[in-house]
Amino acid sequence: MTAPNHRWRKFKNGFMQTLTFVCAILVVVPLVLVFYHLVREGFTSINWAFFTQLQKPVGEPGGGMANAIAGTFILLAQAAAYGVPIGVLGGVFLSEYGGTKLNWWIRFAADILNGVPSITWGIVVWALMVVPMHGFSALAGGVVLGMMMIPLVMRTTEEVLQLVPAGYREAALALGIAKWKTIVQIVIRTALKGIVTGVLLALARVAGETAPLLFTALGNQNWTHKLTEPIAAMPLQIFAYAISPYDDWHRQAWAGALVLLLFVLCINISVRFLTRDRFQPKI
Amino acid sequence: MPDSPNQMPNAAPEPGFANSPALAVRNLSVFFGKNAAVKNVSLDIAARTVTAIIGPSGCGKSTFLRAINRMHELNPEARMEGEIKLFGDDIYSRAVESVTVRRRIGMVFQKSNPFPTMSIVENVTVGLRLNGMRDRKTLAARTEQSLRMAALWDEVKDRLHAPAVSLSGGQQQRLCIARALAVHPEVLLMDEPASALDPLATAKIEDLILDLKKNYTIVIVTHNMQQAARASDFTAFFYLGELVEFGPTTKIFTNPAQKRTEDYVTGRFG
Repeated sequence: MTAPNHRWRKFKNGFMQTLTFVCAILVVVPLVLVFYHLVREGFTSINWAFFTQLQKPVGEPGGGMANAIAGTFILLAQAAAYGVPIGVLGGVFLSEYGGTKLNWWIRFAADILNGVPSITWGIVVWALMVVPMHGFSALAGGVVLGMMMIPLVMRTTEEVLQLVPAGYREAALALGIAKWKTIVQIVIRTALKGIVTGVLLALARVAGETAPLLFTALGNQNWTHKLTEPIAAMPLQIFAYAISPYDDWHRQAWAGALVLLLFVLCINISVRFLTRDRFQPKI
Repeated sequence: MPDSPNQMPNAAPEPGFANSPALAVRNLSVFFGKNAAVKNVSLDIAARTVTAIIGPSGCGKSTFLRAINRMHELNPEARMEGEIKLFGDDIYSRAVESVTVRRRIGMVFQKSNPFPTMSIVENVTVGLRLNGMRDRKTLAARTEQSLRMAALWDEVKDRLHAPAVSLSGGQQQRLCIARALAVHPEVLLMDEPASALDPLATAKIEDLILDLKKNYTIVIVTHNMQQAARASDFTAFFYLGELVEFGPTTKIFTNPAQKRTEDYVTGRFG
């Protein structure tokens, strides 16, 4: 009487185990597929010219997206300049100051902002900056990416600051060190790796944003360094090439997508590197 | 040990109000929200003595200790009544900032907490540096002086720039004592400083306390009766937020006036 029961139980156990394994594999499959396709379609188009030249007119072979790569870096540098100070200081407020009720509302707002679709950000900044300034601009593109970074950076900063044991704050305060010095020199210093990690992940997140840039940075076929002019960006260039009817441009789009993915991958690897010893005992 | 005459201060009249105390606590009550953790406590702590605070968990002894250097204010719910004077200065006066009080009254915690981003020497000098001291000679002198007082100098003098967290648990706790001493406080509060250490490290800390008493006024919270008996001159027994009895340690442990004190020190409850 016990034997068949036992067998049925074993079967259920094995079935569920296999099911969860298959699902876990399914999570990894898209990454492999994406990589495979990008490498197959784009790798041959990645060459020196890709990183150093502007796009060539249709029909002419070669060319690259140097201006878009530079544009992406200009946009990200701006985004970091606007988003990191506000996000980090906001996170410091949430973790070190502020009342329970106020913080609850700020956190709630930040979490809603984290869920706002990126195209919504684009439209809002278009209405707030592009329309009044009578034109698309790199500035508006940097601002929209910066705005998207703020809630991300703020929440991760708060979380890593909360991980700093209260004993360090108490020890510093008990030495007669002022609160703001305690926060800057003890708390933030202890959590610095975590904060940098949060900033890098936020940058990686906005690096590939396309929709908000369509409304703000717009894209540009030429070099520009003026923040008041439209600027090229890799996601925009990929989008423009991908919807074009030309095979040459399609290949460039694949190559661009591959470079963008590798860039994001680099950020993720540096994050891994930074957080490597985070789980070693601190005391 | 407390029987030796030179370690028993002369000015110790019953019930423990010294002539010119380091700390004069009057009618101190500390509340967290509506709960009173410390109720109407008055006592004097004589300068250059060791006072042990004993009592069962939750009796308010840590809260009492933290009220002495205003650390309880970190809890926004906390509120105090009464008065504490440090060598005659009201530490709760409106004109006095908590930062100033804490520079004069140092604290060592139960869990050793050297700053993990700093080296040994940086940990010792952090209180001075972050309060604006830049003179390298003074910093170096204070480092050696504090580490010597904390009986750690010989063990670390060759690796002052090693990370503080590379030290053993007992060494880390002595480093925290050195860090507290470096700012030259007048009073040193210790909240169960040896409860997380092995017996050998505990013995070192106790020796250290007896040594430090020559220059400092020490108040130590402890769960360890033997430690209170070995290391302190005076003992205060707290129960349910009230000060039940306060007097010379020998008296508290051999001939307490209160039944509850006797029950506690003999291990019948708590």
